[in-house]
Amino acid sequence: MTARIGVITFPGTLDDVDAARAVRYSGAEAVSLWHADADLHGVDAVVVPGGFSYGDYLRCGAIARFAPVMTSVIDAAGKGMPVLGICNGFQILCEAGLLPGALVRNEKLHFVCRDQWLRVENNTTSWSTRYDSGAEVLIPLKSGEGGYMADEPTLERLEGDGRVVFRYVGENPNGSRSDIAGVADESGRVVGLMPHPEHAIDALTGPSDDGLGMFYSALDALGVAA
Amino acid sequence: MARVVVDVMPKPEILDPQGQAVAGALPRLGFDGVAEVRQGKHFELEVDDSVDDDTLAKIAEGFLANPVIEDWTIRRVEQ
Repeated sequence: MTARIGVITFPGTLDDVDAARAVRYSGAEAVSLWHADADLHGVDAVVVPGGFSYGDYLRCGAIARFAPVMTSVIDAAGKGMPVLGICNGFQILCEAGLLPGALVRNEKLHFVCRDQWLRVENNTTSWSTRYDSGAEVLIPLKSGEGGYMADEPTLERLEGDGRVVFRYVGENPNGSRSDIAGVADESGRVVGLMPHPEHAIDALTGPSDDGLGMFYSALDALGVAA
Repeated sequence: MARVVVDVMPKPEILDPQGQAVAGALPRLGFDGVAEVRQGKHFELEVDDSVDDDTLAKIAEGFLANPVIEDWTIRRVEQ
């Protein structure tokens, strides 16, 4: 059986093509999902890719969160479907309430575009089992509003429950609280992160192939050999 | 029809780098004495009289503002 992983395209999405390529690299079938179509076409997991959905009007992800496809994704996530939000996708999952917190303008206002070391803090989520706990991975980060914010009780709960999945190594690139680069929901099946694993799947086109592990991990979670 | 104004501001504990950048620029422009600037959003809604306060609250809390990082106020404005 080949896993079918959906990749959503909103108006203004940029990284759906790379995300679909990463899905295919991992051995799964990439299924294009359209923002206005509530039908998930029977996919086993969903990637919400990066970009500037709806021009980032109002707030990043605030309008995409209400797209017909997201209503179905929220519903499917509630039933246990693995969902990965990357960059703008992370912002959308936070706006949708699938993940806690919010992403705000980078502390120093500059758009950050660089290869970023991350530490894997939790290797038990649906998107991180292929990494060793504490492993450091090199993944591109490219965002202007990547500062992860949550109130103190939420941060304490995330830390206490091990729901910080990825943390920035070295200098904090964007002012994220507790150097948080990615978090998981309570079930560990929904994960969001600002850096772009789909850009790090092949040494020819990225700084490493460290990002591929997230996609392999999802296939493991789905019970599909890769 | 009525005009409703919704003002959305970053919560006090949330860093506001845009406001800080504006505050930092003022002395360079020769304006002294401004201790702090916070930057938010101002919405003007033209609404039917049938739209009640509960609905306006849902619009503000559920869409115009993100309660995780922002506070908001709603007021009806005489025209």
